[in-house]
Amino acid sequence: MDRRGFLKLAALTPIAVVAGEASASKPESASGPPPTEFVGMLIDTTRCIGCHACEVACAEENGLPYPDLSRLGPGERQATTTEYTPVSLFETSKGRVYAKRACMHCNQPACASACLCKALEKTKYGPVVWHEDRCMGCRYCMIACPFDVPKFEYDKPIPKIAKCTFCPERLKEGRPPACVEACPQGAVAFGSRRQLLDEARRRVAESPDRYEPVVYGDHDVGGTCVMVISSARPDEIGLRTDLGTRPFPEYTREFLYAVPIVDIILPVLLFGFSRAMAHGNDGGDP
Amino acid sequence: MSAKVATGRGPGQSALSFLLGELKPKGKLLTPFNVITAPIILAGIAFIIVRFAKGLGAVTNLSQEFPWGIWIGFDVVTGVAFAGGAYVITVAVYVFGIKRFHPIARATVLSGFLAYAFYTGALMLDLGRPWNIVNPIIGNEFGVNSVMFLVAWHFMLYLMAEFVEFSPAITEWLGLKKVRRIASGLTLGAVILGFTLSFLHQSGLGALFLLAKGKIHPLWYSEFLPVQFLVSSVFAGMSMMIVEGSISHRVFKHRVDAEHGAAHRDILFGVAKIAVGAMFAYLGMQGIVVIHGAHAGDLATGWGAWWLLEVVGFVAVPMLVFAAGIRRRSVPTIVTASVLTGLGIILNRLNVSVIAFKWYEPHHYVPAIGEYVVTAAVICAEIWAFRWIVLRMPVLGRDAGEVRE
Repeated sequence: MDRRGFLKLAALTPIAVVAGEASASKPESASGPPPTEFVGMLIDTTRCIGCHACEVACAEENGLPYPDLSRLGPGERQATTTEYTPVSLFETSKGRVYAKRACMHCNQPACASACLCKALEKTKYGPVVWHEDRCMGCRYCMIACPFDVPKFEYDKPIPKIAKCTFCPERLKEGRPPACVEACPQGAVAFGSRRQLLDEARRRVAESPDRYEPVVYGDHDVGGTCVMVISSARPDEIGLRTDLGTRPFPEYTREFLYAVPIVDIILPVLLFGFSRAMAHGNDGGDP
Repeated sequence: MSAKVATGRGPGQSALSFLLGELKPKGKLLTPFNVITAPIILAGIAFIIVRFAKGLGAVTNLSQEFPWGIWIGFDVVTGVAFAGGAYVITVAVYVFGIKRFHPIARATVLSGFLAYAFYTGALMLDLGRPWNIVNPIIGNEFGVNSVMFLVAWHFMLYLMAEFVEFSPAITEWLGLKKVRRIASGLTLGAVILGFTLSFLHQSGLGALFLLAKGKIHPLWYSEFLPVQFLVSSVFAGMSMMIVEGSISHRVFKHRVDAEHGAAHRDILFGVAKIAVGAMFAYLGMQGIVVIHGAHAGDLATGWGAWWLLEVVGFVAVPMLVFAAGIRRRSVPTIVTASVLTGLGIILNRLNVSVIAFKWYEPHHYVPAIGEYVVTAAVICAEIWAFRWIVLRMPVLGRDAGEVRE
């Protein structure tokens, strides 16, 4: 498949899947078939020319101020509460590399497992979304996210958690996310995660001198819906390589499994003890 | 029998006039303690107003890199550890029948209850959108896969259990004999439930940080964090009781009779023994974690020195001081050990939640003046509430220990 053919496919196939599902903040059933796989994005940094069109499109789509492009230069730009997807210029062993970063939309997100009111939610079609009406602003998601994605509006009395949304309104209309559509170089592709993974592996395999042989997000933290391929090593373009392949929610799973067991066994044991000590009648009160 | 109840509403006195009378301060207003703490509380209130008007950034040094500062790391995570005395002592008295701790049970439960009430208040200050705190409680959205959800629920239910445990003192204060009988009938249940809830939220506070993998220095991060937090909450609670108990018995001398003053010494040594046991277990665990996790190499670094200061300087050393104090039956020695242990707990909780968090960042979080002031104000307000209750309700000494139906 040539590049054009792929892009066409990427632009069309998953949208049919998403369109049925994305309209559903309503539960199950409803209309349309359930999604069978996640959608995602593939970021190919070898194609990025650092034009920042994706950033501008993102700001427009999300009603954010025009991104601050005044002080661009080598060095990592962090996402902010008003810039969800900054493009950074990295000096790497393979020369200069422009890399767009945003929420990785993990397959099993740490943020969603951390949130006690489901304000951050992994949708069935892939993107991780934030619900304003649920969030209590505890910022545990920021502690948990291995990629430091969620940002908090410290300067607002009624603050929000800000991060890449994956443009749910556009997905509903059957269009790709704003950054994907804006990119003149095809550096960001939209499609089903499986297709994108195949495409990423194909590109890496076909041009071994152009790419570092790794698809970031394939297995990292259990897999992410946003994947990155590059001429440079992931750690050279600001991606952590020490996070492992275990999905983050698993780090608390054993503890959470133990809770109901302790909740049931401990009171029974203690009550038994107090009977055995046979002083239940004169205990009085504190 | 009610003749022994030292306080309580007399016959013929209306409930309203009684309550109004009790609201008035007892004793002098211009004490050194009041003169120092009142301005702190007022300044704290001023900072809190600014915080809600302009957002968290106006008062705190929190950032995108450091979303949790001392309002969480100290006010909540450290404070809850210090409130660990109540669940250990009540279970010792009411489940295991260790009667000699009975005279301190009420004071312990009261300080535990106040700690939780005030730290819940402090937590509200830190929440960006505190009005949504009801969501995980009323069931709008149950994030049952979240450790925070578990901690929140166990925290809230424990606050209620402690209120039930303390309620007999309130009924005696109000002179409600019938209600008192019901309230004391609930004690054993509340103690058992309270112990279970404490067991899980004390360890749950440690489990919160399991998700911060890769962000906390490996000397402090391990899968044993929940167990470490649980065990250290035991000696944190015991140290707090020794310090707070010895101060209370001096400050509120007139509320304690001579006989109980003497018994109090023995109780303090008993509490110190529990602390030593828990510290020994904790040290063993820390040793295993460092060796098993192959972090021994990290000990040679600057962070290693900091870790050794915490674990050796403020756990192993105070443990030995405790042991010496128990053998020589010296109250000042075990109070010294308790202070050292308390500092170690503060160090440990702050290391996990703030200091060793993102140790790799070039610019680290340092609390702003407003964060210190509000923290100090919360503690001062809590002491005011403690004093108000102790001066009115039967909490210390004979009042608390000997009242029986």
